[in-house]
Amino acid sequence: MSQRLINWFKFASPATFYPLAGKLWPWFAALAAAFTLAGLWLGLFVAPTDFQQGEGYRIIFIHVPASWMSMFIYCVMAFWAAMGLVFNTRLSGMMSAALAPTGALFAFLSLWTGALWGKPMWGAWWVWDARLTSELILFFLYLGYIALTSAIDDPRRADKAGAIVSLVGVINVPIIYFSVKWWNTLHQGASVSLTKAPSMATTMLWGMLLMALAFWMYTIAVALCRVRAIILEREGRAQWVAELPEMRT
Amino acid sequence: MNWASASDFFAMGGYGLYVWGSFGLTFAALAVEAALAAGRLKTARRRVRRELAADLDTQD
Repeated sequence: MSQRLINWFKFASPATFYPLAGKLWPWFAALAAAFTLAGLWLGLFVAPTDFQQGEGYRIIFIHVPASWMSMFIYCVMAFWAAMGLVFNTRLSGMMSAALAPTGALFAFLSLWTGALWGKPMWGAWWVWDARLTSELILFFLYLGYIALTSAIDDPRRADKAGAIVSLVGVINVPIIYFSVKWWNTLHQGASVSLTKAPSMATTMLWGMLLMALAFWMYTIAVALCRVRAIILEREGRAQWVAELPEMRT
Repeated sequence: MNWASASDFFAMGGYGLYVWGSFGLTFAALAVEAALAAGRLKTARRRVRRELAADLDTQD
């Protein structure tokens, strides 16, 4: 029985995961490039002009996928944080640390593209609306995680402290998501939901979904590359590192 | 096709600054981040190689 099941803890060992990540990331990078090209083509050339916002709405193809990723990456970090605290696996903390900069970048891009969209449509770069404010808090949570973990010298203790921040902060993700329902916001409600038919043209929707897939694949590729760097930084003295083919000179 | 000409495309119906400001910064930032991650791996790998070489020297 046990022989037919995959032992997932095998992959929690940096010695196993380092070469696996090296094999996987180019595939995710290639997928990211392919989805980006398809998404940009649909979004910039095929999707029709919006009847209210003209061509200005095309920011949606960046803004919505970046915002989704900023929330999704935080949830993945919280997942790895919980894994690290429960199973005490070294790789979990490294995965969180590898994801945090990408998550922070997407949170920033969500705010940046939101400002560039808000100015022509609302007449303001920024308003203290529930959706915008909670996304800003998410950005600060990422920065807080990065600052806290890099301020603690012992990586294992840094991982534990960071895990607590991710788990406490994850409460902000549903707040962002439901903010447009719970409060009266200037920000519009969800255009896409699992329960209703989407309130947009099919080509617009597909452009957005393709860009979301592209950002997703990009995130996996960059996080795998960064986790390899973190593994070498932390475990560079291990015997298995010395035995890697790439280390022979 | 939505665009009559290239300048029409870049003007984005008067929203050019906002649309290209969003797309431009996003792809620039993603490219920089990917380069930083690759550079970090390169640096870490070089450091390990240097330390391994130093270990060999002390063994001789």
